Amino acid sequence: MSDLNGKTAIITGASRGIGAEIAKRFAAAGANVVVNYSGSQQKAEAVVEAIEENGGKAIAVKANVADADTVKAMVDETISHFGTVDILVNNAGITRDNLMMRMKDDEWDDVINTNLKGVFICTKAVTRQMMKQRSGRIVNIASIVGVMGNAGQANYVASKAGVIGLTKTTARELASRGITANAVAPGFITTEMTDGLNEEIQQSMMSQIPLGRFGKPEEVAKAALFLASDEASYMTGQTLHLDGGMVM
Amino acid sequence: MATVLERVTKVIVDRLGVEENEVKLEASFTGDLGADSLDVVELVMELEDEFDMEISDEDAEGMSTVGDAVSYIEKKQA
Ligand SMILES: NC(=O)c1ccc[n+]([C@@H]2O[C@H](COP(=O)([O-])OP(=O)(O)OC[C@H]3O[C@@H](n4cnc5c(N)ncnc54)[C@H](OP(=O)(O)O)[C@@H]3O)[C@@H](O)[C@H]2O)c1
Repeated sequence: MSDLNGKTAIITGASRGIGAEIAKRFAAAGANVVVNYSGSQQKAEAVVEAIEENGGKAIAVKANVADADTVKAMVDETISHFGTVDILVNNAGITRDNLMMRMKDDEWDDVINTNLKGVFICTKAVTRQMMKQRSGRIVNIASIVGVMGNAGQANYVASKAGVIGLTKTTARELASRGITANAVAPGFITTEMTDGLNEEIQQSMMSQIPLGRFGKPEEVAKAALFLASDEASYMTGQTLHLDGGMVM
Repeated sequence: MATVLERVTKVIVDRLGVEENEVKLEASFTGDLGADSLDVVELVMELEDEFDMEISDEDAEGMSTVGDAVSYIEKKQA
């Protein structure tokens, strides 16, 4: 069983969906958890409460991952509250789907700013502390569509392919300081993000999944826990596909 | 009270693992003291902590020798 006893982890976008599951699982493994959110304060606080009811430690911190100033304030708050940052999970993400021919510049910019630039900003913000302590774990939540492409998601796919490339560069730049960076590329996971898709799209996705079902947030959380723990000590720059076999 | 040079020297010796007598004013971090680019970034971070000041990326880029760092810090403290 992976152990995060005494470690401090920042999980971005942890008020809902996959991030909330990661936060709960990390706390259950003994980590102090920072539950980041951008708008859903009540949901973030509910995640903190659920963690505390289980005997874990967590705080909710509001920050927009695409805004370097609020992210810096979040990292400062984390260090003043828990003393350090050992783990960063870049999970916050949005979709603004449209065919490329119809996609507005705003739709492109919003998704790239949150999903890709946000990872850059958050990674940069924790690196100082991690370099000093000569250890750290960065786990980026990418997406399988960043590997295979997906019609109607030019912005999202570009952001996620970007995250996979950024993961490799982070791994190379920081390896000498004991910091690893890996990514998880989930396939179709049942959350609010995917609940919005119509029946027809869901059916056509299902037909491409050898395991014949959609994934659950906790299945992504388990992979993130592995990558954040000592179990993955000799692994860096990799992307784990968690997609029921969609891409092999 | 230690001088700026003494404090800078200590940070460099600790971070780069060089001998104190190698840390001369004209010594360059990457050329003479064996630092790679990431070492220089870290060195600047530690100087910020040691002297409790912020050193902007632009200013940091202008520091290539021990003397550059010492005179930058002395000027900023004045
Ligand atoms: N669901 C899937 O099938 C699937 C598949 C592959 C990859 N992923 C990836 O997994 C991650 C989580 O997805 P999900 O399905 O759990 O999404 P979700 O249910 O829509 O939750 C998104 C989370 O991100 C937060 N967030 C959004 N913009 C933010 C910002 N600018 N700053 C800080 N937090 C922000 C939201 O917080 P607020 O509510 O406070 O805004 C929320 O907690 C995303 O990166 C997504 O791309 C999901």
